[in-house]
Amino acid sequence: MAVCVAVIAKENYPLYIRSVPMENELKFHYMVHTSLDVVDEKVSAMGKALVDQRELYLGLLYPTEDYKVYGYVTNSKVKFVMVVDSSNTALRDNEIRSMFRKLHNSYTDVMCNPFYNPGDRIQSRAFDSMVTSMMIQVC
Amino acid sequence: MADAVLFEFLHTEMVAELWAQDPDPDPGPGGQKMSLSVLEGMGFRVGQAMAERLPRETLAFREELDVLKFLCKDLWVAVFQKQMDSLRTNHQGTYVLQDNSFPLLIRMSSGLQYLEEAPKFLAFTCGILRGALSTLGIKSLVTASVAALPACEYFLEGGLLPFLSVVGAGELPFPFSRGPRH
Repeated sequence: MAVCVAVIAKENYPLYIRSVPMENELKFHYMVHTSLDVVDEKVSAMGKALVDQRELYLGLLYPTEDYKVYGYVTNSKVKFVMVVDSSNTALRDNEIRSMFRKLHNSYTDVMCNPFYNPGDRIQSRAFDSMVTSMMIQVC
Repeated sequence: MADAVLFEFLHTEMVAELWAQDPDPDPGPGGQKMSLSVLEGMGFRVGQAMAERLPRETLAFREELDVLKFLCKDLWVAVFQKQMDSLRTNHQGTYVLQDNSFPLLIRMSSGLQYLEEAPKFLAFTCGILRGALSTLGIKSLVTASVAALPACEYFLEGGLLPFLSVVGAGELPFPFSRGPRH
């Protein structure tokens, strides 16, 4: 279960960012911002390495003492960043991948909405509810 | 998937409607360009959405040629149920995509009849190409030409060219990102 989910546009500004414990929001914003550097590094490293296939899922970006940050890049250079609680060790790679896949699907739906202008903040309620289902429940 | 013919009918009506609304019958460059720009703008938005949805399962594109191949195969098949017939490049950012039997023109004639009317029917498709390219990170200028129906060619010029031609006008300036294009 994620603690914070962010969608970052190609030009590195946030299209959507939401974290669950409301009081520490700024800390999560900062973590997402610093993770962008790691994302760029991974993407350019993949470009130079002669790997046959490039994956969209970037994996664990960096761990801190409380949290782990995962990243995912789409073909249109839109980045998804997810911050997960470290204490929740039951989360496996597969689950993170499936969460990113759901995010990607919902983002594609938002993009195909004719009332959405690419580059605006995401205000779709369907997207919101999908993200809520992925975040941990805090009473 | 819905029948391909539904899109063809819708497209024909779009072109007819936009042309009918043209207030000045005098075909100076002004009036015609507005309609073409509107059509191209619509195609642009559609292209952006398609480029987001279609490459989902494929892996990240490594270079421009991969993007172009995606356009010629996957995008064209999704919209017109056939692949683009040929792709040529001068390796300096210009690509020529050729379709020998373009589905939107094939019902009109095969030869030189209606040659003047044909460009209207290509504007929307130019927009689709430009929109898809822009989502995938390539700024370009897309123009089309018809030599003999139903074959048509699309010229893609990449790079930071000013948008001054007939088809392709009407895009708002977009903030460029810092750093090299991925």
